[in-house]
Amino acid sequence: MKKLLFALSAASAMVLVAASAQAQDKFKACFVYVGSHTDGGYSEGHDHGRQFLEKELGDKVQTSFVENVAEADSERTFERLAREGCNIVFGTSFGFMDPELKVAKRFPKVLFEHATGFKTADNMATYNARFYEGRYIQGQIAAKMSKAGLAGYIVSFPIPEVIMGINSFILGAQSINPDFKVKIVWVRSWFDPGKEADAAKALFDQGADIVAQHTDSPAPLQIAQERGLHGFGQASDMISFAPKAQYTAIVDNWGPYYVERVKAAMDGTWKSQQSWEGLKEKILVMAPYTNLPDDVKKMAEETEAKIVGGWNPFTGPVSKQDGSPWLKDGEVSDDGTLLGMNFYVKGIDDAIPNN
Amino acid sequence: MEILVAILLTVATAATPLLIAAIGELVVERSGVLNLGVEGMIIMGAVSGFIAGYVTGSPWLGLLAAIVVGALFSLLFGFMVLTLATNQVATGLSLTLLGLGLSGMIGAKFVGVPGPKLSNLYIPGLTDLPVVGRLVFGQDPVVYLSIALTFGVGWFLFRTRTGLTLRAIGDSHGSAHALGISVVGYRYLAVMFGGACSGLAGGYLSLVYTPQWTENMSAGRGWIALALVVFASWRPWRVLGGAYIFGAVWIGQLHAQAFGIPVPGQVLAAAPYAATILVLVLISRNKRLTMMNTPASLGQPFVPDR
Repeated sequence: MKKLLFALSAASAMVLVAASAQAQDKFKACFVYVGSHTDGGYSEGHDHGRQFLEKELGDKVQTSFVENVAEADSERTFERLAREGCNIVFGTSFGFMDPELKVAKRFPKVLFEHATGFKTADNMATYNARFYEGRYIQGQIAAKMSKAGLAGYIVSFPIPEVIMGINSFILGAQSINPDFKVKIVWVRSWFDPGKEADAAKALFDQGADIVAQHTDSPAPLQIAQERGLHGFGQASDMISFAPKAQYTAIVDNWGPYYVERVKAAMDGTWKSQQSWEGLKEKILVMAPYTNLPDDVKKMAEETEAKIVGGWNPFTGPVSKQDGSPWLKDGEVSDDGTLLGMNFYVKGIDDAIPNN
Repeated sequence: MEILVAILLTVATAATPLLIAAIGELVVERSGVLNLGVEGMIIMGAVSGFIAGYVTGSPWLGLLAAIVVGALFSLLFGFMVLTLATNQVATGLSLTLLGLGLSGMIGAKFVGVPGPKLSNLYIPGLTDLPVVGRLVFGQDPVVYLSIALTFGVGWFLFRTRTGLTLRAIGDSHGSAHALGISVVGYRYLAVMFGGACSGLAGGYLSLVYTPQWTENMSAGRGWIALALVVFASWRPWRVLGGAYIFGAVWIGQLHAQAFGIPVPGQVLAAAPYAATILVLVLISRNKRLTMMNTPASLGQPFVPDR
C-alpha cells in the first residue's frame, strides 16, 4: 500500500513538474482593457488583436486579459499581472499611463506597452495609431457627398486625440469645398448608445446630412440609416448596422503590432520606443467604400494611396481657428504638436470645452 | 416650427425609458420597499428583450420577453428582502451589480448584430397633419403606453381600494398586518410590477431607442429613475413631468451645442440633472404634503409574527 502511494505521489509530482516546465516555456502576454472585451468597439478591437496574436504564435504564447479596469484604480491590476509572471503587459487605455509607469519602474524585468500615451521607460514603450489619416479621407467624402455642405460630428471628451480628428476631418472637407461646415456636439461619454443617438438626431434635425463620430457605438449610424442619411463607422466596420448609410469606417487593427512586439520580446530584440503607425503599416484600415458613386470612391482610394505613400494630412498651408498662421506652405506638423493638440484649425465654429 | 417638432419628438424618446422605470419603482416604494436594483433590472430587460427580438424577428415579442424577465429577475430581490428579510439597500445594490454582470455574459454573442426595431405609429391622414400630426399620432407605441401607464398607476393608487391598501402597507406595515392584510403578498406583487416596468424600459432601450445590444447600455438610467421618484415625492404625474423635463433639457442642450451657443460643456452636461431637481423640489416644497406622500415604512424590513 505504502509503495503504491509513493508511486502515485511520485507520478503526480512528475506530472506537476512537467506542467510547470511547459508553462515556463510559454511566453505570457497580458492585456488590460478599460471596457469589456465584447464592447463592440475600442476594447473589443484590442481583444481581436490579442486573438490574432494567439492564432499567429500558437503554442509559443499564452495570453490573458483583465477587462473593465477603472483607470484610476489600475495600478494594482498591473502590479498583480507583473507578480503573476506576465512577460509583457499591454495597457490599452490613455488613463492607464501613470499607474502603468509606476509598476514598470518596480518590475524592471517585465516589459510594458501603453496605448495612446506619451510616457516611456526603459521597459515601457508606447503605441498608437494615426487615426487622423482616416478622418481626412472621411472629411473629403463628406464634402463630396453632402448636399447641405454641413456635417455633424459627435465627440466624447476634449483630449488631443479627439481634437486632432476633428481638425483632420475639416481639413479633408475643405480640400474639396472650402466653405464646408461642421457642427460639433460633445456627449461626454465614450460609449452611450442612447446619448449618441440623441446627438445624431439633433445634428440631423439642424440640417446636417452626414454624421461622423468619435464615440464608439453604432447608434448614430442606425439613426442615419433610419432617416435615409449617411455617416462613418468608428473603431470597427459597422456596416451590418447601417448597410445603406455607412460610407466607410476607420477600423482598428492592432493584431500585427502585437505579433511584432511579442516576437521581439521573445527573441530579446524588444526595445522601448514610441510607435505611431497608420494606414501604411495597416494598424488602421479603411472599411470598404460603400454607398458611394465611382468618382468619389476613386478619390477616396487615391487619397488613401497618397497617405500610404507618406503624405501627411497636416501639411501646410494651415491656419489656426483665429486666422493666425500655423503651418507654412508645404510644412508638415511635427508629431509632438499633433499629440498635444489643443487648438482648432480655421473653419470650425466651435469652442473647445475646457476639460 | 419644423425644428421644434423634431426636438419634441426626440424628447419623448429620451423621457420614455426613465418614465416607465420610475413609475414601476414608484409603486414598489409606495408599498414600503426600496429597490435599488432598477439599473440591474433595466439591463436584464434590455438583453433579454434584444435576444428575443433578434431570434423571433418580432420587436413586440422582444418587449414581452423584457417585461417577463424583468419581473422574474425582481423576484430574486423579492425573495431576499420579503421572505428572508435581508437589508433592502444592500440587496438592491447587489441586484444591480448582478444584472450588469449577468447581462454582459448572456449577451456576449449578440454584441455587434443589428436587431429589429419597433416602428413608429402611422395613421394615414392623422399622422400627416401639420405640426401636431407626428407629435400626437406619430410616436412609437411605447410612448403612448408609458403615458397610459402613468394614468393607470395614478388611478390605481388614489382611486381604488387595492391602491389604498397598498399605500397603507407602505405607511405602516405593522397596522396593515394587524388588519389581516397580506403585507408580504402585496409587496411581492408590487416588486414584480416594478421589475416588469424596469424590464420594459430596458426593452425600449434595446428595441426602440437604439436597436442593438451592448454591455452597460442602460448607462445609469436606472439611477436617474430612482432619483425622479424621490424628487417627485412619490406622485405619478410629477414623475412624468420630471422625466419630460429631464429629456427636454438633455435634448435642448444637444441642440444648443449644435447651434454653437458658447456654454461650458460641464454646465451643459449637468443641466438636465440640475433643472429636473430644481423644478421638482420647487413643486414639492410643501412640507406637509411631502411628508404625507412619503411612504413611512420605506426600506424597513417586515417580519410577520406567526
